[in-house]
Amino acid sequence: MSFINYASREINCKIVYYGPGLCGKTTNLQFVYQKTAPEAKGKMISLATETERTLFFDFLPLALGEIRGFKTRFHLYTVPGQVFYDASRKLILKGVDGVVFVADSQEERFDANIESLENLKVNLEEQGYELEKLPFVIQYNKRDLPNVSSVEELNELLNPWGVPEFEACATTGEGVFETLKAVAKQILLELKKGAGGR
Amino acid sequence: MLGPHQSSFVMYDEEFKRITAVIEKLLRESNSKVIFLVDKNGQLIAGCGETEHLDTTSLASLTAGNIAATGGLAKLIGEKEFSILFHEGEKDNIHISIVGQRVILVVIFDQRSSLGLVRLRVKKASDELGAIFDQLSKKAEEAEQGGHADSPFAEITDDDIDNLFS
Repeated sequence: MSFINYASREINCKIVYYGPGLCGKTTNLQFVYQKTAPEAKGKMISLATETERTLFFDFLPLALGEIRGFKTRFHLYTVPGQVFYDASRKLILKGVDGVVFVADSQEERFDANIESLENLKVNLEEQGYELEKLPFVIQYNKRDLPNVSSVEELNELLNPWGVPEFEACATTGEGVFETLKAVAKQILLELKKGAGGR
Repeated sequence: MLGPHQSSFVMYDEEFKRITAVIEKLLRESNSKVIFLVDKNGQLIAGCGETEHLDTTSLASLTAGNIAATGGLAKLIGEKEFSILFHEGEKDNIHISIVGQRVILVVIFDQRSSLGLVRLRVKKASDELGAIFDQLSKKAEEAEQGGHADSPFAEITDDDIDNLFS
């Protein structure tokens, strides 16, 4: 749920990066953090274990610029991907405006992707959302690795809706900003629809 | 105001001023250092006191995460929520409470105040804040039904959006 503040002329939206463990959600945020000008970003917070696995969430606030005199801010969150952190994942989805599903393209993670996407749907439904109605994009990450499934195969199982999909390599940053832009754009268009614009 | 079917949470000038007045009064009466209000999704609504050296955006997000996590714990033991959280540090302490089940009131204080005083003043301020948020909720509902005639987003173009990323 976006927050429109007429007093400070700001609009805040929440984007959640979802996906199976070790698919690169945190790496996506780290790349965005590294490549964003200091004045446009806040501190990146990572609540992680000693082995750098996400424990609760990562958080990165971004200020993109102004639309019609309103400062546009996006709050980026990741969920912990490991299966047993499901209770935490549900909490982070509260009030979400748009979702990025980061899939791990490696063949051996095929089932993990499907399981995580199903889990996303279930957790959204519990909060009263439908994935089909939310701004939503998919990122096929780790395209640089040798043992990856083809995009056609991934699309067939993970993207029956035909939402925008992006090939990425989050460690080098390829596809990271394209993914973010696509979901941000959908969120703003959704706001426009909500405001009665066409 | 914060139901899943409402698309956005809207804050208007008038209510913002009233909310700020209430928390400024609370700041004085409770002798505290910093006060801020956060919605349950982690968005900062208002703040006052010595906020200039604080990363309020991060504080807001972590506070909401904290409330969400303890809310999850509460449900597991059959409670609806834990409406007050208190963190005691060496110098500074944080008192977190839920106002009207929807927004989070955070008070940071040191030895110049006490937990008892903060609790007492927070209780009174919570009632006042609750009434303002009720009103805000009604106003936002009416605006939503009326189609947000004055929304800045009704007229945005693809170019406006593309410009954000250039």
